[in-house]
Amino acid sequence: MDNREAVIKVRGLRNQFGPQIIHDNLNLDVYRGEVLGIVGGSGTGKSVLLRSIVGLQRPTAGTVTVLGQTILGMEEGERRLLEQKWGILFQDGALFSALTVAENIQVPYREHLQLSDRLMDELAALKITMVGLPLEAGTKYPSELSGGMRKRAGLARALALDPEILFLDEPTAGLDPIGAAAFDTLIRDLQRTLGLTVFLVTHDLDTLHATCDRIAVLADKRVTLAGTMSDMLKSEHPWIKEYFTGPRARAAQSSAAD
Amino acid sequence: MSGTATATLETEETDVGFLLRAKGDWTVRLIRGLDEPLAQLAPEHTRGYDAVIDLTGLDRLDTAGAWMLHRTSEQLRIAGLRVSYRGETPEIRTLLDVAETYRAGFNLRLPKPPFYEELAERIGGFIVAGVEEVRGLVGFFGLLLQVLWRTIKHPSRLRLVPLVHHMERAGFDALPIVCLITFLIGGVLAQQGAVQLQKFGAEIFTVNLVAITFLREVGILLTAIIVAGRSGSAFTAEIGSMKMREEVDAMRTLGLDPMDMLVVPRVLALMIMLPMLTFIADLMGLLGGMVVVWDMLDTSPGVFIVRLHDASNFWTFGVGMIKAPFMALIIALIACYSGLRVTGSAESVGNQTTKSVVKSIFMVIVVDALFAVFFTAMGI
Repeated sequence: MDNREAVIKVRGLRNQFGPQIIHDNLNLDVYRGEVLGIVGGSGTGKSVLLRSIVGLQRPTAGTVTVLGQTILGMEEGERRLLEQKWGILFQDGALFSALTVAENIQVPYREHLQLSDRLMDELAALKITMVGLPLEAGTKYPSELSGGMRKRAGLARALALDPEILFLDEPTAGLDPIGAAAFDTLIRDLQRTLGLTVFLVTHDLDTLHATCDRIAVLADKRVTLAGTMSDMLKSEHPWIKEYFTGPRARAAQSSAAD
Repeated sequence: MSGTATATLETEETDVGFLLRAKGDWTVRLIRGLDEPLAQLAPEHTRGYDAVIDLTGLDRLDTAGAWMLHRTSEQLRIAGLRVSYRGETPEIRTLLDVAETYRAGFNLRLPKPPFYEELAERIGGFIVAGVEEVRGLVGFFGLLLQVLWRTIKHPSRLRLVPLVHHMERAGFDALPIVCLITFLIGGVLAQQGAVQLQKFGAEIFTVNLVAITFLREVGILLTAIIVAGRSGSAFTAEIGSMKMREEVDAMRTLGLDPMDMLVVPRVLALMIMLPMLTFIADLMGLLGGMVVVWDMLDTSPGVFIVRLHDASNFWTFGVGMIKAPFMALIIALIACYSGLRVTGSAESVGNQTTKSVVKSIFMVIVVDALFAVFFTAMGI
């Protein structure tokens, strides 16, 4: 298990807002080609962890290494190159509201690569198809789309540069169960075909069952347990026990077993 | 990634057609140079009947590279060749399958109408929106009058706490800025007037100039514009964000009338406070004028006040003060109306706030002009 390549390494991470300590001495490894789900109660800093890894939040202490490069103290040029190797899907898609879906996907092409208009259109259309949207959605503005379609469009933008790592922040939050299940399948399919490493923050037990290879539990200001679903079910930690064997968990488990 | 990674392409004629060798990293960052040559490949090579795409030299491939391969093979197929891949691995196949799900030819760009059409559309849209806006405002004004009448009949409906709160916010808190600006403008007016009047030896009329312009026009105009910018925008943003978070709808479902809760206290607060602010603005303007006149022309405050008595009567002051409640009504009306027009998004709060300030300042000036015409006709 340990000889696998860790694409994300977090060591001794500490995040503090004023007197409130969110993370203290947090360690985490994400291996290449796996889907890692991050779970934890509200306010345990799941999103803060994601933001610290991608450099949107400066940690108080500790180091974060992504693809062998340390995030803190990186030079601007190096950083920009590294940022092209990951894609992030924010909670509500975070699409630019003044641009159509196709233009949103083309933003990184325009910014980083000088591609011809025709090729940009072709690639944008390909990404739209990949995330399971109809091509007509490409000419629409984000405000004209439903929540589920906005998330798919956000995913298409995150995949624009064919990243190696995909960060997803609560991908199924706010979707109806059918839409959420379809999104889970989509993530799993894309991960397999494109060989992605996926870092997934979620509350959704169904998503954990359907998509994740490993799960990391945030509790007591650090990663209390990282392992497979069966490790979670064996754990004696009160929060993990409650979370994975509570009434809602049993429902999710039985539906995953079907 | 090493700086030497490249994506290259070689073609070679064979006896039955030709061979295309893809080499290096065919990834989105490197395919820029391949776009043109690949697009021109089809018309150049239509002689033979067999085309082989050799993938053995590929180091890396992503969806963009797979798309280039697929697009090329489709072009060749349309040109009448039989296309096959050599050295296809399962990984490459998966990516090619992804690329094959999409067929080209859908137009992703929004059609851009010709210039004259766009111009006509925008002018038309502007007029329609303007008419709609005026109708909406007049309707809202009617509704407000009705609610005010109801409040007068049943004074217990009046919410005293928000009324006092808005009086403090819109009136008392605006005092420093109103005092400062009117004091300075009063001084500037006196100074500019004195320089010009000195040329005629009529510098003592500076007092008349300051007194009449300030009391009749400048005091109320400045105050109304400051209040429109300060409180008008605040009213729109407050009501607008409550509308956005469905708080206004929640009020309705609980049997509370948003007109009673939100609009009436703000309108009344402004109608009470704007005359008071105008009064203080008048005083500060005259004070500014007095200080400048004292300094520049050596006219003592005592002389200034005597001249003030000669220059103005009650109506000089009254004309300015009468306008104040009307201005307040206009500002509060437009601000509350714009706030209630906010729809779901945060952008719409910003849009409506901007519109509210622009409209209320515009209307303040229009109404001021109308009053000027009216008072001149009345001979006041």
